[in-house]
Amino acid sequence: MSRLELIAKSRTEQDMDGLYNDMERRLGSGPPGLCPVDLALNFASLCQAQSCGKCTPCRIGLGKLVEMLKDVLDGKATEKTIGVLESTAAAIIDSADCIIGSDAARMVRDSVRAFKDDIMEHITKGRCLAGTSAPVPCVKLCPAGVDVPGYIALAGEGRLTDALRLIRKDNPFPIACAYVCEHPCETHCRRAMIDSAINIRGIKQYIADHSGIVPPPQNAASTGKKVAVIGGGPGGLSAAYFLSLMGHSVTVYERRKKLGGMLRYGIPAYRFPRELLDRDIEAILKTGVDVKLGINIGTDISLDEIIDSYDSVFVAIGAHTDSKARIEGEDSNGVMSAVELLRGIGDEEHPGFVGKTVVVVGGGNVAMDATRTSIRLGAKKVYCVYRRRQTDMTALPEEVEGAIAEGAELLTLKAPARIEVDAQGNATALWIKPQLPGDIDSGGRPTPMDADLPEERISADLIIMAIGQRVETAVFEEGGFPLEWGALKTLPSGEVFQNGKVFAGGDCATGPAAAIQAIAAGKVAAANIDEYLGFDNKISVDVEIPAARLRNKNKRGRVNITEREASERKKDFDYIECGLTQEGVEKECSRCLRCDHYGFGALKGARVEKW
Amino acid sequence: MVKLTINGKKVEAKEGTTILQAANASGIAIPFLCYMPEINEIGACRVCVVEVEGIDSLVAACNTKIEEGMSVLTNSPRVRKARRTNVQFILSQHDCNCPTCSRNGNCSLQDLARELNIQDVYYSYDVPENKWDTSFPLVRIESKCIKCMRCIQICDKVQSLNVWDVSGTGGRTSVDVSENRTIKEAPCALCGQCITNCPVGALMARDDSERVFEALEDPDIITIVQVAPAVRSAWAESFGISREFATPKRMAAALRSLGFDYVFDTNFAADLTIMEEGAEFIERFTNSLSVNENADLSAEHKHPGKMPMFTSCCPGWVRFLKSQYPELKGNLSTAKSPQQMFGALTKSYFAEKIGVDPKNIFSVSVMPCTAKKSECDLPEMIDGCGDPDVDVVITTRELSNMLHSQSVVVPLLPEEEFDSPLGSGTGAAVVFGASGGVMDAALRSAYFLVTGENPDPDAFTAVRGVKGWKEATFNVPGAGDVRVAVVSGLGNARSLIEALKKGEVSYDFVEVMACPGGCAGGGGQPINMNESLTQERGEVLWRLDRESAIRYSHENADVLALYEEYLGKPLGERSHHLLHTEHL
Repeated sequence: MSRLELIAKSRTEQDMDGLYNDMERRLGSGPPGLCPVDLALNFASLCQAQSCGKCTPCRIGLGKLVEMLKDVLDGKATEKTIGVLESTAAAIIDSADCIIGSDAARMVRDSVRAFKDDIMEHITKGRCLAGTSAPVPCVKLCPAGVDVPGYIALAGEGRLTDALRLIRKDNPFPIACAYVCEHPCETHCRRAMIDSAINIRGIKQYIADHSGIVPPPQNAASTGKKVAVIGGGPGGLSAAYFLSLMGHSVTVYERRKKLGGMLRYGIPAYRFPRELLDRDIEAILKTGVDVKLGINIGTDISLDEIIDSYDSVFVAIGAHTDSKARIEGEDSNGVMSAVELLRGIGDEEHPGFVGKTVVVVGGGNVAMDATRTSIRLGAKKVYCVYRRRQTDMTALPEEVEGAIAEGAELLTLKAPARIEVDAQGNATALWIKPQLPGDIDSGGRPTPMDADLPEERISADLIIMAIGQRVETAVFEEGGFPLEWGALKTLPSGEVFQNGKVFAGGDCATGPAAAIQAIAAGKVAAANIDEYLGFDNKISVDVEIPAARLRNKNKRGRVNITEREASERKKDFDYIECGLTQEGVEKECSRCLRCDHYGFGALKGARVEKW
Repeated sequence: MVKLTINGKKVEAKEGTTILQAANASGIAIPFLCYMPEINEIGACRVCVVEVEGIDSLVAACNTKIEEGMSVLTNSPRVRKARRTNVQFILSQHDCNCPTCSRNGNCSLQDLARELNIQDVYYSYDVPENKWDTSFPLVRIESKCIKCMRCIQICDKVQSLNVWDVSGTGGRTSVDVSENRTIKEAPCALCGQCITNCPVGALMARDDSERVFEALEDPDIITIVQVAPAVRSAWAESFGISREFATPKRMAAALRSLGFDYVFDTNFAADLTIMEEGAEFIERFTNSLSVNENADLSAEHKHPGKMPMFTSCCPGWVRFLKSQYPELKGNLSTAKSPQQMFGALTKSYFAEKIGVDPKNIFSVSVMPCTAKKSECDLPEMIDGCGDPDVDVVITTRELSNMLHSQSVVVPLLPEEEFDSPLGSGTGAAVVFGASGGVMDAALRSAYFLVTGENPDPDAFTAVRGVKGWKEATFNVPGAGDVRVAVVSGLGNARSLIEALKKGEVSYDFVEVMACPGGCAGGGGQPINMNESLTQERGEVLWRLDRESAIRYSHENADVLALYEEYLGKPLGERSHHLLHTEHL
């Protein structure tokens, strides 16, 4: 008999770990559009199963919450039940001994509050508030509703031109999205229930790279209506493309020298080569869109004049002004905004950073773009300073990892305090205040708090601020456009005013967001402008989707996009990724579970053939 | 052609064929529950699952396309076990009180359980509660619903009304009225197609036969029954006699044996409808040719109708138009449906004729239709004496059930005449029950009204048949070319209206029936799962027309006598009051 033993995991414990892993994967790929009350009920049941059973509130109380939620779903509850649910949960939160009970009750309480309308519908009418409308997760999660299973099936059969045409039915920027989309479509991919999400963007990139020049479809007969689009970025051009196809005459007013908006003036070429952007734009312009470059609304032409001389107007000016940190020395020489830097790069103006030390402030994708651009411009050393932790950065993890691989120094938990300026007015250093992560804010990230440590000095030749962008609203504010949170306020239809003539969308209405959201806004505006103008010219495509093929569902690895060697790619602005091979794309396409055919998709909503 | 093996048998089938179709074509049956060709191929019930060599899980035969070299087993031990388990799952949540079910003996689930030799259910019963407003003519019984989704699909894809939808998720998923509406709030046309396509007894028409029995049992009440044209094509389907033996005269005997005092025929009112609607059409048509569209048409009949004129005999269609295209109500003929014309006459003309108080008359109508149950309840349909013109409508199914319940031995019934004078009808009337029949009959009489001569009764065959959308142009000497269209099925009606609105088509006269193929395939007709009898029944009606001595509505002697004695002339003052409506 030994006094102590090394404890090996029992078979049951090992199996439990597997079960937890399965649960995690399953929940992570949970389909959208389910009954929230049913999910809350079953989650509460699971929580109760985790109770050790020692204490009254957790052992018995959680079960009572489960029973009451079940009553709601079984039509046995009354309005009073909601109050009892909340007060019971509160008592458990207050009196549970450990977090297993209190956190479970907290989640039930939050659910009851969040889903009150759903609960009331169950109590009063015995049914869910809304029917299932999301049979295909990737399509549902794409803001533009692109037919993902459709183009994956086409790509799997080598029909790349058809695949590109199918994407264009909902999104005229197939190439841009193949390169820079944040791919929300992958987040709830059902394949993750087996192994991991399909590499949807990888497949799309293969389509974009290998489909050649694909002309746009024919326009509908001319309607004689004129539409002005203010802003030639992804939102504006998407609307222009679809409106042109619907037979309207479209003029795009763009302030800069070239079209593309943030796809050109925000995203560096190493992430999205310019000639590829031009290919998307060429296809859009081929529909007959008229373009006026270098026109500033408010100075070159008044807003009223545009509104008066067109039948409808879509405003998609983006968010092109930088936010200020409001720290001392911010206006000195050698301090610039990331927006400014990237805009210049967009017009092929490459400032010389050779031999300089650059400090980039911020933790978003734009900060990473500025960091990696600075490296490519020949900077000796590039710091990226951020006031929270790396895990709290809003930049995509692969962007952050890419920047680190290329030699960027990440300095986290350091809040900019002031900029040191020499006698000539040149910035010489950034002083930072060390931080500690504090309480979690409503967005789920800890609020940084000053740590009890002295300020630190980071000497710098150049300081690039990348802490957010704003919308230049002045001209529109004067024109009587309503604003909200510094952006143009619109109805869900994109309308600015109730009369329907003027629409807005994209970053200027949402604040800085992903390109696909602006594209979706352009699509929505096009449909509603067409309707406002008195037409019903639907967009569709004559591509037949291949039938689903029988395949086994054994676990297989996801084929990822690789990148060029970091030490090489950091020297130029050439594209950094190496796309999937034909072999890789075939493997990836064959992993698709075809949710448009299997499951709810067979019954309803697998695809919107025309909109 | 794709080559594959099914149960070891080498089979060939066209590319794009499903496993189920390929198997059926080669004489191999695969059981199923939810499948409806082209309408519901969703693989939901998982009864049609089969084993495909090399594929780990079983696959649904109804929506899996065949592939070259595929080897399929339709009845392997794995298949048999899974199929039996799934049927047991369904049975565990199904109200299995079969003896009292409207579909007892005519139920796909019952048949399937018997075919698969399922004699017990291992799983505990967990049958949901019923919550439904049973005053509505369409009744849904949650405890019987097997979630096959066929009702949703027929309403979406064929009738285009989207009344049903999936409700809830997870284990609580069911079918309910779409958009969280109640059935009364939804634009249900009451066509009953969801009922006739329900494989079990989850959807049924409200049973009103007890109300009929109560009236029959009351010695102080005079009971009158009218029978719609299409009923005679299907009334005896559950009695094991041939269509040739199940004559209208034997049907009259069957109704008399139930105890009705007067056995009449809606065909009479169908002929009358042609007189009114035909006259109305000629007025509208000739008026549309003249410049002033809003001219006063006649002193008594002051509703200048819009063109094209739509028929108004189908209450499902009228409900559809009122909810979907209310702006087109003016295009409907103002003529009431034959049922309502008949009802109004029963409680006026006929009551007077036999010298009874119309309040003592109980007017029953046997219809192939569920929408008729709501039509007779319309508040404005009280023109005979102030009471409802038709007191109760029963479907062909209810009639059949009533005959069974009274132990009427239908095969031994003699042939008997309908009563007079509302019991006569021409060949033109009997075809009201088939798609194109109203148009055909109207054209026969319209031709006569314009030219003074009868056309060949078979001159208008282009409008006959079960095709969903038919069109033709007929020249009527003296009036010109009449462009007509006939549609059946509300999805087709919607397509036609959209095409009219876009100016893609142009017609003068349009017949619309809510049910595919017309009333022969009506929502109140006997149910035959997975096999449409609409065409067969329609052919019975066209045969009866051919065999009729009189094939023109304007030659129905009793109808002419009615005008002579009572109504005056078509579109006259009395007709306007009794036989027309503004479709409120």
